[in-house]
Amino acid sequence: MTPTASPHADGAVRVRGVIKTFGVGDAKTVALKGIDFSAAEGELHLVVGPSGCGKTTLLSVVAGTLDWDEGDVSVFGTRLDGMGKGAVTRFRRSNIGFIFQQFNLIPTLTLVENVSVPLLLNGAGRRTAEEKAAQLLKQVGLEGRGNKRPTQLSGGQQQRVAIARALVHEPRLLICDEPTSALDSATGHQIMDILSGVARAPGRCVIIVTHDPRTHRYADRITEMEDGRVTRVLDGAALGEFVSMTH
Amino acid sequence: MYLLALKMLLGDRAKYIMLVGGLTFSSLLMTQQNGVFQGLLSWTTSHMRNMRASIWVVESRVEQVNETKALRDTDVNRVRSVDGVDFAVPLFQGVMKARAADGSDKQVQLIGLHGGTLYGRPAVMVDGDISQLRVPNTVVVDELAAQPTRLGAGLGRSLKVGDTFEINDREARVVGICKTERHFFGYPYVFTSYDQALQYAPRQRKMLSMILAEPKPGIPAEEVARRIAAETGMKAYTVPEFERSTVAWIWRNTGIPASFMTTIILGFVVGVAVSGQTFYSFVLENLKNLGALKAMGAGNGLLAGMLLFQAITVGVIGYGLGLGLTALFGLAVAQSGQPPFKLVPLYLVQTFGAVLVICVLAALFGIRKVARLEPAIVFRG
Repeated sequence: MTPTASPHADGAVRVRGVIKTFGVGDAKTVALKGIDFSAAEGELHLVVGPSGCGKTTLLSVVAGTLDWDEGDVSVFGTRLDGMGKGAVTRFRRSNIGFIFQQFNLIPTLTLVENVSVPLLLNGAGRRTAEEKAAQLLKQVGLEGRGNKRPTQLSGGQQQRVAIARALVHEPRLLICDEPTSALDSATGHQIMDILSGVARAPGRCVIIVTHDPRTHRYADRITEMEDGRVTRVLDGAALGEFVSMTH
Repeated sequence: MYLLALKMLLGDRAKYIMLVGGLTFSSLLMTQQNGVFQGLLSWTTSHMRNMRASIWVVESRVEQVNETKALRDTDVNRVRSVDGVDFAVPLFQGVMKARAADGSDKQVQLIGLHGGTLYGRPAVMVDGDISQLRVPNTVVVDELAAQPTRLGAGLGRSLKVGDTFEINDREARVVGICKTERHFFGYPYVFTSYDQALQYAPRQRKMLSMILAEPKPGIPAEEVARRIAAETGMKAYTVPEFERSTVAWIWRNTGIPASFMTTIILGFVVGVAVSGQTFYSFVLENLKNLGALKAMGAGNGLLAGMLLFQAITVGVIGYGLGLGLTALFGLAVAQSGQPPFKLVPLYLVQTFGAVLVICVLAALFGIRKVARLEPAIVFRG
């Protein structure tokens, strides 16, 4: 399916009036209640809020990994609503990188093999993919460890590998689900420093769903959610005040 | 990605060994049991290969070569009178008790050949001279009969030319040792002349077991067999016809095929159950990883291909190991000839196909699960 041009092509991510429900009948739960959300290029955008407020659902919708009921979603000018599943998968494959809370590295593969997966999915040859993967590992401070397996690394090192994997195919949008929650304070800051640097690269955008207040000071903008709705969008002075209150 | 898929599987040693082990056991069961079954089926028709006659004339109710319903002596001449028959000779066959030198009784398959022609004689003589069968009280025994555990019992060695033993209290002097294929009943062969066989066997009203016939040159055996049946009312089989009839009789009238088929089917079911369950468990344990791959843009087709590749790879390895073990079994029993064993190439191909079906079925459980997997699962903690 050919992606259609979005009327909001200037923003990296634009979500308008999205409704998402789970279950039917008495078990029906409305996770997103007509939500509006946007993130700009060059921005590190945090989505915060209590558990069950719909943060992860919003993230899944933006990533195209979850269907929604109503509303428009566009990512870098490409509207995901109305695209077939195959087209969304192809779009996600080349334009979106993922960092997961539990790293989700494949334990039986080496670090180089893990990092090369997105390139292989995009059709790169094995040698090219592994060379590029080794470069990325070097960039995240894991030079010379490419033949180790994830279980031989600390949590922080595993998250660095996950970052390398998320960036190796040079996606424009990086989606991070609680990237620091499984890490100690110092390692969490190291990871946020890396992600902050990624967000500043031209044409990129980083969206992070988090419960971790240590991450707030790295944000360019924070969207606060509650009960399936956006309650506040903080930037500028309001963001500074929020950070000082929560830090 | 397929190489990585293989590494994912090989990295999980326990599952990998379980999968290969299950498929090896399954392949071993299917090929080994079929090998024994084919060997047994081969035994059922070995009598014809040992005798090498072109046309076998039997009583009208006889359907297989190991069955005997006596004919009248005059039936030989009736066959001889059929147009197209070059010659026809009487044959005696029956299971007799033979007494070895140590006094122990051994069952033997006694064959009485027409003294004039010795038509139906064994193809390979290891020692001695089969024409000596024309001398009274003489026999040719096969290598199995000559063994120290058979008619050589009490001698401390194998039976040799010149040794004697008894058949129904009559002397039998060995004038030759021959090679034969093992008879279906498992008894060793003792060849003698037709007239001598009638001396050895307990007297009955009708002693003629079968008639062996040869068509005149240029006339097909099938045609001559058809004429014999039409003119005499007896049944006349060519070798291929009698082989088919014998094997069909075994299928219809014995539990042997059902017994072997049950084991072979069990082998298939065990393969499906063990590899299916193990593979499904492997997929379940890797669901998060597969979900992550899906989130990163791996489509259902690619993931299904990866799972199939993993399953088929272990299938090929398991089949190879199973076949290897079966071949070792075949080598181990080749010397003794028991149990009978025969590997049929077509069946090996069919077994490989069955193993592939097992692998595809095993993979399908996982593919179904992965196809329904939402990539968003990776965001759920």
